[in-house]
Amino acid sequence: MSIAEALELAPVESHLHPEGSFDLADHEIPTGREEIWRFTPLKRLRDLHKDAPLDGGDVKIEVDSAPEVTAVSVPAADSARGVSGYVPVDRVSARAWDAATSVFEVTIPADAEVEQPTTIRLHGGGVEKAGAGHLLVRAGRFSRAVVIVDYVGSATWAENIEVVLEDGAQLTFVTVQDWNDDSVHVVTQHARVGRDATFKHVAVSLGGDVLRASTSADYVGSGGSVEMLGVYFADQGQHIEHRLFADHTAPRTKSDVLYKGALQGQDAHTVWIGNVLIRKEAEGIETFEQNDNLVLTDGAKADSVPNLEIETGDIEGAGHASTTGRFDDQHLFYLQSRGIPAEEARRLVVHGFFNDIIRRIGVPALQERLTESIEEELAEHVGRLEL
Amino acid sequence: MATLEIKDLHVSVTTEEGEKEILKGVDLTVKTGEVHAIMGPNGSGKSTLAYSIAGHPKYNITGGSVTLDGVDILSMTVDQRARAGLFLAMQYPVEVPGVSVANFLRTAKTAIDGEAPKLRTWVKDVNEALERVTLDKDFAQRSVNEGFSGGEKKRHEIAQLELLNPKFAVLDETDSGLDIDALRVVSEGVNRFSEQGDRGVLLITHYTRILRYIKPDYVHVFVAGRVADQGGPELADELEANGYDKYVKAAAEAVTPA
Repeated sequence: MSIAEALELAPVESHLHPEGSFDLADHEIPTGREEIWRFTPLKRLRDLHKDAPLDGGDVKIEVDSAPEVTAVSVPAADSARGVSGYVPVDRVSARAWDAATSVFEVTIPADAEVEQPTTIRLHGGGVEKAGAGHLLVRAGRFSRAVVIVDYVGSATWAENIEVVLEDGAQLTFVTVQDWNDDSVHVVTQHARVGRDATFKHVAVSLGGDVLRASTSADYVGSGGSVEMLGVYFADQGQHIEHRLFADHTAPRTKSDVLYKGALQGQDAHTVWIGNVLIRKEAEGIETFEQNDNLVLTDGAKADSVPNLEIETGDIEGAGHASTTGRFDDQHLFYLQSRGIPAEEARRLVVHGFFNDIIRRIGVPALQERLTESIEEELAEHVGRLEL
Repeated sequence: MATLEIKDLHVSVTTEEGEKEILKGVDLTVKTGEVHAIMGPNGSGKSTLAYSIAGHPKYNITGGSVTLDGVDILSMTVDQRARAGLFLAMQYPVEVPGVSVANFLRTAKTAIDGEAPKLRTWVKDVNEALERVTLDKDFAQRSVNEGFSGGEKKRHEIAQLELLNPKFAVLDETDSGLDIDALRVVSEGVNRFSEQGDRGVLLITHYTRILRYIKPDYVHVFVAGRVADQGGPELADELEANGYDKYVKAAAEAVTPA
């Protein structure tokens, strides 16, 4: 889409200027008709969006941190939370902010070049009681590091994540939602990207009943770059929702979003909202966002909504693309005509679909794990499909 | 010796206006050691014949049989036919994003042979096969047919033909869209394949040009969904001189009530 077209399509009234508030009273209980909630199955949120107590949550945290990195739990009152400038944008986030008694702080010192990824594993021990968490990752000036947050087990979990990249920092931040099928996880993430800093955000969403991740980034200086990559695989009955917001608040900044997902089984539902706002002061920026969905069976549904709003005339590049397709019979025919059995052919096509994005992640151990996870997901269903 | 036998084959496709019969009783027998050329005008059903043999789901077989050494192949899936020894070089090879040529070829070879090829010799075999069709060995790392030029796609088909080495190759207008150099490379590949002696070739073409490089033992003229005439290589020369007009006219008269 050309810039001119985008300008014409930009709505007059926008929901892209979220006015956050720490005051819960400012966040009414959503009805499901609101723009930001209309895709979410509220009935399955276990009242996270209403008033479910968030004082439970049997979630254990294991940390495997690189020697240079500190990763500690700090009482909320003593923590540096809020340092990203984030203000809760919805009721679940505001409730989680209020309820979190501690903040898990991961700090990468300035100038540290950390080879070993730091892994934080949240292990949920049950879904009955809901809980809230807060994670703060701070990447010091000119540091370079990889931080992985790994969600496993069962939980009903509301969470805020803040990420701050000081000037020149390079951070790869990965969330892997590998929950059991009974989990509900609503997470809001915000990154503040410093001058010339490079932020790579990777979201891997595989397991859980309802996953809703809202991820935003803004920029405090020029030259900041954000890459958002997402890989998801929704099975029968699963709801996986990604809401992305690149808020270009500084000149000559970049955002590059690529999310790819596969869906299989009755009522598998994925939602991808790609919001980009280019503010008046954000001259000379580049943005591109893309979402591709591969629907493997009947009964699955992928919603994909890119929004681009532009308030300046001086842009280096802006575009978006969204595709949702089924298995291409021509692909399968070609592979089968070379002797490859149908099941194997489907597997090749699905791996092929994900290959480019997996290569872009740049964390080898994670790439291998992801390829295996896709293989497992496929083993579950694809083998039984008819051409 | 193996035999591919097509008997009274009727094939239709589903269109918006209903079923449309494309093949109206095709009889053709190809034995290993033979090269058959099928020539005909556009729309005569040549490609339908190729895809029907390979098992493309778009084509409905409404009558007749296709057997390989007496075994019915029409009841087989697409991949079973390939494993039984059939290969279709396509007119428009399909792009498969994210699947590397190397991975594709190894998976196909493993499926055809029933066991994985020996790694060391296999890499060498692939590189040599690509080299013979003048494709750089970097092609092995690229996604299948993605971003290949028309000529590269056709040469890739021939590299597959040589690596998978089936009993029968059906080449669907492999010559169309090729420049003279690529045509020569492709033809040499087909000749290497057929010169093994115990391989059969069914070469479907619109033009006689490729027959300067590949010498058919038999030529069949294909018009309006069936074989209208057949003969030796001299028939191709006659078609070169006179075209398909007389066959098309005869076919039209046959369906028009006098």
